[in-house]
Amino acid sequence: MEWFLANSGMVLGLAGQHLVLAIVPMVLGLLISIPLAQLARRNAALRSVVATATSLLYTIPSLALFIILPTILGTRILDPINVVVALTIYAVALLVRAAMDAFDSVDDDLRNAAVAMGFKPLPRFFQVDLPLSLPVMFAGLRVVSVSNISLVSVAALLGVGNLGVLFTDGLQRTFITEVVVGIIAILILALIMDAILVILERLLTPWTRVVGGKSQRQDGNALLTEPKSGPAVPHAGLHPDTGASA
Amino acid sequence: MNIFAETIAWLTDPIHWRGSGGIPTRTFEHLQYSALVLLIAAVIAVPIGLFIGHTGRGRVVAVAVAGALRALPTLGLLVLFALLAGSGLMPPVWALVILTVPPLLAGTYAGISSVDAVVVDAARAMGMTELQILFRVELPNGLQVMFGGIRTAVLQVIATVSVVAYLPLGGLGRYLFDGLVLQDFPRMLGGSLLIAGLAIAVDLILAGVQRLVLSPGLTLDSSGRQKAADDLTATAPAGAAVQGGTP
Repeated sequence: MEWFLANSGMVLGLAGQHLVLAIVPMVLGLLISIPLAQLARRNAALRSVVATATSLLYTIPSLALFIILPTILGTRILDPINVVVALTIYAVALLVRAAMDAFDSVDDDLRNAAVAMGFKPLPRFFQVDLPLSLPVMFAGLRVVSVSNISLVSVAALLGVGNLGVLFTDGLQRTFITEVVVGIIAILILALIMDAILVILERLLTPWTRVVGGKSQRQDGNALLTEPKSGPAVPHAGLHPDTGASA
Repeated sequence: MNIFAETIAWLTDPIHWRGSGGIPTRTFEHLQYSALVLLIAAVIAVPIGLFIGHTGRGRVVAVAVAGALRALPTLGLLVLFALLAGSGLMPPVWALVILTVPPLLAGTYAGISSVDAVVVDAARAMGMTELQILFRVELPNGLQVMFGGIRTAVLQVIATVSVVAYLPLGGLGRYLFDGLVLQDFPRMLGGSLLIAGLAIAVDLILAGVQRLVLSPGLTLDSSGRQKAADDLTATAPAGAAVQGGTP
């Protein structure tokens, strides 16, 4: 504890670098995965290529990838860009599948209803498909967030600055306190990131909180079968998508 | 371009294929550490996974613990164990076991609980004991999902065993750290390619084993179950709507 207080500035600085190295690949991975997943869902051949490529990429150990990438990219071995690219590759490998599952989880009836209401493909994707796929997408993002934060520390072996430096430094000085502070700091980072993602998901998907997926469907059926059903009407106001499918 | 040629030269140099620091020895060490970690982790994880999968008890606890363990940084845990328990083979092995138990446990219980409840009930109705159900019905039927967890765990172990060389122990990771210290880039790249190649080769072998071990009926069964599941979800909302209408 004393050591942490005396060195809190350094630990916080490393934590900042750690976060950047973990978050940037996650965002890049998401931006690459969404269009890729959307394309792969339409094309069976592309789908199998994507499935094989992602599982193959995921087999490459991180430490090996951190070293192989500079040769391919022409960067220096200490360049943090190698870490960002390597973790982006892992993020894509995980997120493409999550995104495909996420888009598959959207009810086809809702898509058809949106088309019938006059949505053009692109607005429909952003206003119907994407929001409704968020719960499954966030599950994938939370896995990537945890694994990225843990993987970033491996880059410290090559001298890239992040909380993993506390481990390499601690081993050289046989100073256990430093290593324990590093482990706790990384666990706290992972917890904070997970909490942020959970809060973000709740903010972005307000409809999942009011009623579960099943009862949404109930409301829709209730509207269809009982036109003057009392309680269904205020509910329909809460769920624009249910109202649309009715 | 030059570096690739140098790396190929390093990989094909006969000197690097002989002796205690040679590629075959290092690969064997790498596989030895990995097998030791997997064996210990499996002894811990598989019985617990089978129990949770079969009874459904302790599932919430297992998921929470597995999730928390996944957030533990590999490198930190390795260094901590090495500092606490001294140098030698076993401290890093125990650290790796802690990291390997969660995916194995999750894979085992997910496999067992993926088996259709109707199939399990049918076995029970036929008079099978709980142990017979577990080993003759749930295990063979859940094997496909279980293999997913096993392969993830194996890959993770092969990847993290490279870090053990930092402590310092043997294994293919030696080439990475020795290369880093000596600024010998072809050695680092060659070592990386060997580790990646080993990971892919082992995964392919496991895929082959999976194909051999899986019951041929399972592929038919899974498509049949898929249909059954679709039917269920198609009829469920209607039933739920009927129920939901009464209150």
